[in-house]
Amino acid sequence: MAEKNVKENTKIEFKKINFWYDAKQILFDVDAKIYTNKITALIGPSGCGKSTLLRSINRMNDLISGAKLDGKVIYQQKNIYDKEIEVVELRKRIGLVFQKPNPFPMSIFDNVAYGLRLQNIADKDKIKKIVIESLKKADLWNEVKDRLDVSAFRLSGGQQQRLCIARALAINPDVLLLDEPCSALDPIATARIEKLLLKLKEMHTIIIVTHNMHQARRVSDYTIYLLNGRIIEFAETSEIFNNPKDKLTKDYIRGEFG
Amino acid sequence: MKRRRNSRNIQDTSSEEIYLSETYNKELIKERIYFGIFKAATYISVMILVLILIYIISTGYKVISWQFLTSMWSHRDITKGGIFPAIFGTILLGIFVSIISIPMGIAAAIYLNEYAKDNLTNRIIKIAIRNLAGVPSVVYGLFGLAFFVLALKLGTSLLAASLTLACMTLPWIISASEEALKAVPQSFKDGSYALGATKWETIIKVVLPNSLSGMLTGSILGVSRAIGETAPIIIVGATFYMSYMPLSPLDKFMALPYHLFILATQHSSSYARDYALGTTLVLIAIVFILNLGVFIARYNLRKKKLW
Repeated sequence: MAEKNVKENTKIEFKKINFWYDAKQILFDVDAKIYTNKITALIGPSGCGKSTLLRSINRMNDLISGAKLDGKVIYQQKNIYDKEIEVVELRKRIGLVFQKPNPFPMSIFDNVAYGLRLQNIADKDKIKKIVIESLKKADLWNEVKDRLDVSAFRLSGGQQQRLCIARALAINPDVLLLDEPCSALDPIATARIEKLLLKLKEMHTIIIVTHNMHQARRVSDYTIYLLNGRIIEFAETSEIFNNPKDKLTKDYIRGEFG
Repeated sequence: MKRRRNSRNIQDTSSEEIYLSETYNKELIKERIYFGIFKAATYISVMILVLILIYIISTGYKVISWQFLTSMWSHRDITKGGIFPAIFGTILLGIFVSIISIPMGIAAAIYLNEYAKDNLTNRIIKIAIRNLAGVPSVVYGLFGLAFFVLALKLGTSLLAASLTLACMTLPWIISASEEALKAVPQSFKDGSYALGATKWETIIKVVLPNSLSGMLTGSILGVSRAIGETAPIIIVGATFYMSYMPLSPLDKFMALPYHLFILATQHSSSYARDYALGTTLVLIAIVFILNLGVFIARYNLRKKKLW
């Protein structure tokens, strides 16, 4: 799949991923590549396994009891499921933004500084500098610069989500995973985040799960269409939307089901 | 729903009258009767409590005096002495029980809720703890006698009583702390893990700050219940009369609940009943002060709570 794009640098490669929650199989033989500094969209109807696939990249699924994965996820020439991989280090390089904004019950500043403090950075000036930079990168700085010490819960939903993006950016991740980051937001807040993502891809490789076909079309370079745990089609976004090879893809993007 | 079923024309609801119908009136009456009963249940419960308080305060206040609160107990003529040793014993007991059971209970709750795998052994442990919370206190007294007093040779003492009450309080504290831990949203923890935090870091930085006050609230309520217990301490170390203050944890001690029990049931003095109620008033005041502390802490916490 997508073989003609070998010119791109591969950041992550899925090799025959099978995934189970207890006895229920969620993913079937998933093979795909994620390209460096591109935005890849994972689309498909509810329950198709797109969030599971996303979370397999930073091993968040490990936290769920009964979850079992078979196959390889190659990142930096290594299978991240190897025993020698330190999950904690992996998650510092592969950030995740959740569907529902989930700031910590702390001040705006402390939210962004959280990841830095985890890395035992003691230099207060350095922390401050990175926090400010991250808030600027996440397009939130102008709204919060006068109230960094107020609770993150005082922000609107869209601002909270950008705060969560800033929080993830603060530790300078290589890859940024976003799990339907706009599903709880209004169209204006959504547009801001989409604009932000297009800017962020210069520095980071981005994978976004989305329910919204238009969103996938607007922001992504590549699209993976999943159905019932299988990849139906994986290609450049323009290709998938203008010239889908598979009838199932065609039906889905035209809104005939899902 | 009922309205719709009773309407003449199911297809066209727009023409349905919105005036109160007979069936709806009946529903209303039924609702009023049921809530009337519930209201009565509420008021009766509160009334009982109020009556108890009135009974205790109206008689008990007569014996409360500076002498009553600060003097040693006088065995011959109870009007000449006070209950200071019993107050002292009960407070000491409360402190010892807290020191032993609160850290242990919170630690166990964190282990069970945050760390222990969800397997058969741990599920059995959790069920056992829940059941231990319901074991009658006198049973703990017997256990304390067999284990702390006799097997560990602590004798009937303040220490043995503290350990016994701590055993009794532990399951309460663990259960209360588990509730507080469960109230921390999973999304907070997920956010922390996604930033590369270990389980320990997540517990220290996210879970504990958001649950500690809840855990302490539950713990202090547990301790305040424990210091009102009579049966177990009779068995393992409380005494009705001591001519000296307990100087070591291995001494016996006087305690308010046992003191009032003896005064109410076995003392020959004609003032005994009044003095029993005075003692009760002091005990209730101590428990009330503890609960008030919890209430204030809770209130401040709610104000600060950010989600």
